[in-house]
Amino acid sequence: MRTPILEIKNLHKRFGAVEVLKGIDLTMQQGDVVSLIGSSGSGKTTLLRCVNLLEEYEGGVVAVNGEQIGYTEKSGRRVRRSEKEIARQRAMTGMAFQHFNLFPHMTAIKNVMLGLVKTRGTPKDEAYSIAEKWLKRVGMLDRKDYFPGQISGGQQQRVAIARAIAMNPKLMLFDEVTSALDPELVNEVLAVIKDLAKDGMTMLLVTHEMQFAHDVSSRVVFMEDGRIGEEGPPAQLFKVPKSERLKAFLKSSKF
Amino acid sequence: MELLKTLEAIWAARWPILDGIENTLIISSVSIILGTLLGLVVGLLLSYGNLAVRLVVRLYSDFLRGTPVFVLILASFYILAVAGIDLSAFEAGIFALTLFCSSHVGEIVRGALQAIPKGQTDAAKSIGLTFSKTFFSVLLPQALRQILPTWVNTATEIVKASTLLSIIGVVELLLSVQQVISRTFLSLELYFFAGFVFFLMNFAIEKAGRYVERKIAIPT
Repeated sequence: MRTPILEIKNLHKRFGAVEVLKGIDLTMQQGDVVSLIGSSGSGKTTLLRCVNLLEEYEGGVVAVNGEQIGYTEKSGRRVRRSEKEIARQRAMTGMAFQHFNLFPHMTAIKNVMLGLVKTRGTPKDEAYSIAEKWLKRVGMLDRKDYFPGQISGGQQQRVAIARAIAMNPKLMLFDEVTSALDPELVNEVLAVIKDLAKDGMTMLLVTHEMQFAHDVSSRVVFMEDGRIGEEGPPAQLFKVPKSERLKAFLKSSKF
Repeated sequence: MELLKTLEAIWAARWPILDGIENTLIISSVSIILGTLLGLVVGLLLSYGNLAVRLVVRLYSDFLRGTPVFVLILASFYILAVAGIDLSAFEAGIFALTLFCSSHVGEIVRGALQAIPKGQTDAAKSIGLTFSKTFFSVLLPQALRQILPTWVNTATEIVKASTLLSIIGVVELLLSVQQVISRTFLSLELYFFAGFVFFLMNFAIEKAGRYVERKIAIPT
C-alpha cells in the first residue's frame, strides 16, 4: 500500500484546560480532497493548523508523507524536532489563510518567490519564472508588481494560494479562505481551488461554503466538539446525514 | 541685541565652535548608531526571549528609562572609573547616551514587533522559513517602517541630551559656546545661536526621516 499523504492518528490537542481535539483519526491519499465542516469551535481550524505545526499537539501522531510532523521518538520518548527540521517539514504542506497573510511590504511576485529563495535556495531568476508560472495559473500575472494593499481581497487570496503552491507542496491546507471576502469575490477564489483539485492536488479544506464542499470534495468530514462526528462522500453526507447534529448543522447552513 | 558684535564674536571663535559642533555630531551619531543596534537586540530579547531573559532585559530597559540621562552620564564617568574601567569623558558620555538610546529603541522595537499581526509569522512558517529568516525577511522590514517616526524622535532626543556631556567636561557645541560667552558676556545672543544650531541639526534629522519614510512607504 502506498504511503498516505496525510495520516492523523488519535490526535489530541488542548488549549489550557480546554481540550479542543479529542482523538482525531484521518487519512488522506494522493489526490484526495477532504473538506472539514462543522460549527465554529468544533476544532476544524485547529486540526488544520496541527498538520503544519502552527499549533503544537500533545498526543497522537500527525504524519505527512510518512514523516511525523514536529516530533520524533527517541528511546520511547516524544522529542520535538529541531527548528530547521520543522521548517523543512512545514514546507511539505502549503497553506492559505482566512486573512490571506500576504507580506505587505513585498510585491505579489516577491511574496511568491520568498519561500523558494529562502527555504529551497532556488536561484532568484529561476524562482522568478516559477512565481510567474503560478501567478499566471491563478490569473494574477498582470498584477505581479502590485503590492497586497493595491489589489482586492480576492486577488490577494489568489496570490496567497500561488505563494503556497509554488513550493510544490505534497498537501495544500485551506483555512476558510473565502470567509473574509466580499460575496462577489468568493467565486474567483473558489474557481482557482476547483481548478487545482481537478489537477489532482491533494487538499484539506476548512470551509463554510457547503455547496463548494459538496462540489469539490472526494470526502467530507463533519466535526463536532473536537471529534469527527460523521464522514463520507459528499453525496452521502449532504443528502442522507445520519446524526441529528449534522442535520441541524446543514439546515442552519442553508444547504 | 548687538548683532554685529555677536557675529564678530562667533567668527573670532569659529574654530573652537566648529570643534564643538563636530564633537556634538560625533557623539550624537555614534550614540544613535550604537544605541540603535543595541536597541534592536533589546527589542528582540524583550519580544522573543524566554522568561528569565525577558526579566533581565526588562529590568535593564526600565532602569535606564527611569533614570535621568544626566545621572547616567555622571555615573558612566565616575562610577565606571571607580570600578576600574577607565573611560575618557568623551567615551563615558557616548557610553551613557548609547545605553539611554538602546533602552528607548528597545521599547519602540518591541512595540512594533508586537503590532505585526500573528498571521505574518504563520504565513512565514507555512512556507518553511526558520525564525531568523522570518525575522529578517518578514518581521524586521515591517517593524522598521513602523518605528521610523518614533526612532527619529529618539535621535533628536539624543542630540539634545548630548549637551549634558558638558557637565563632565566634554567640549561639545554648548560648552564651546559657553566658553565664548564667558569671554564676551553676550549670553542671550550666543545661547540663541547655540539653540539655533541645535535646531538646524534636528531639523535635518527630521527632514531626512520624512524623506526615508516616503521612500520606503508601502504603496496602497
